[in-house]
Amino acid sequence: MKKYSVFAIAREAMRGHKGWEEQWSSPEPKKEYDVIIVGAGGHGLATAYYLATVHGITNVAVLEKGWLGGGNTGRNTTIIRSNYLYDESAGIYDHALKLWDGLSQELNYNVMYSARGVMMLAHNVHDIQVLKRHVHANRLNGIDNEWLSPEQAKEFCPPLNISKDARYPVVGAALQRRGGTARHDAVAWGYARGASARGVHIIQNCEVTGVKRAPNGAVMGVDTTRGFIGARKVGVVAAGHSSVIMNMAGVRMPLESYPLQALVSEPVKPVVPCVVMSNTVHAYISQSDKGELVIGAGTDQYVSYSQTGGLHILQHTLDAICEMFPIFTRMKMLRSWGGIVDVTPDRSPILAKTPVPGLYVNCGWGTGGFKATPGSGHVFAHTIARDDPHPINAPFTIERFRTGRLIDEAAAAAVAH
Amino acid sequence: MLLIRCPYCEEERPELEFRNAGEAHIARSANMAGESDDDFEKFFFIRSNPKGIIHERWRHMHGCARFFNAVRDTVTDKFIMTYKAGEPKPSKLPGVAK
Repeated sequence: MKKYSVFAIAREAMRGHKGWEEQWSSPEPKKEYDVIIVGAGGHGLATAYYLATVHGITNVAVLEKGWLGGGNTGRNTTIIRSNYLYDESAGIYDHALKLWDGLSQELNYNVMYSARGVMMLAHNVHDIQVLKRHVHANRLNGIDNEWLSPEQAKEFCPPLNISKDARYPVVGAALQRRGGTARHDAVAWGYARGASARGVHIIQNCEVTGVKRAPNGAVMGVDTTRGFIGARKVGVVAAGHSSVIMNMAGVRMPLESYPLQALVSEPVKPVVPCVVMSNTVHAYISQSDKGELVIGAGTDQYVSYSQTGGLHILQHTLDAICEMFPIFTRMKMLRSWGGIVDVTPDRSPILAKTPVPGLYVNCGWGTGGFKATPGSGHVFAHTIARDDPHPINAPFTIERFRTGRLIDEAAAAAVAH
Repeated sequence: MLLIRCPYCEEERPELEFRNAGEAHIARSANMAGESDDDFEKFFFIRSNPKGIIHERWRHMHGCARFFNAVRDTVTDKFIMTYKAGEPKPSKLPGVAK
């Protein structure tokens, strides 16, 4: 792997940019690997990267039915924060946030992490109580989160409407300054490049069609559209399709998959300096470095794998955006799209061993997995390499739905996750 | 937006009139307190989440307000049929090969 640097740019500029190499190779699949990761999204590629760099396991294949980073990694609204309520969530999301800081240097790839601040709005007394509870819980866990008055919120985000005449007036806000955004594609590409350079095989257009198990129940490998590939350890990181893959291994999951939509506007000059979210009116917004307003909508109400959603869901979100930011009422929306998100009953992920020996699962990130990408990959690699969860992901088992030890983040996660 | 046929009103109406009420044909135990943890987990949390044909409940919230069941393809979101609550799971589906 040739290192990217200002000198590399200068060198390539001198010779017509003919020396850039492919960022990752596309080898033919081998007959057998030590570990197979199903799904080449951010979480899967990060898992492969940390298996190689932290645990020295490089005989790894990442199988992807479509193209790398083409699922929810390329479809989310790129928001990063760690202001979740419970200790377990604070542990895993803040682990990720700490890795975001410095990820570009670690990967030698600009993931454009920008700690521009995530501001969550309160519109009524109940919101104030809930958000203040979050502020206090976060600070006890060493996570920055502070309370702002409406005037301070407006100072932080000038286009915000804090008029008392609004249908749902802004009465306060919670601000996590370390929160922000990153370039979603670059995260997948950077991890892919780093993993590939260390010998990991990234195999695209290779759909898993079955999970093979030995007579003793343990995993032997996976059937794919490119033939059988053997492995004693298989990690399923397939987002909306996780339950489909797990069913192939005979494991039924506490998951339901829903369409989640987002949309972007025409590009304009910098106007939204941070991320603004409101769970009450169902909207969140940030501005990409290209200038587009990036707006996240809610999920549809029914199980679907269609990667599209109802237009009324987008309309509902835009109603709220126009209420919060009257300045945007005449903006044109350019594109909208949907992804399929796998949601658990308690809105917390599952990163765990499974009842099947050698089978591991990292799923259930629901509507908000992007922010956790580095931390999720880091602890999931640990779980696979050691056959034992990292203390950070130890509470995120499948068994919690039997024992009742849920990590109920429905209030923190809900729709705007 | 989906168009959904309410088997009670016998009319196709826009999705906004309806609430999805989750997977259909999950029987609630008559003796909930006596359920084992395993069985309660299956009843309460585990879902089939199929990629393909799903049996699901809907409620005609802003119409007759009654619950009914539907068969839908989760890949195309196309409804295959709807039927009244309490009717058995249809064994043959119109227009579906298998």
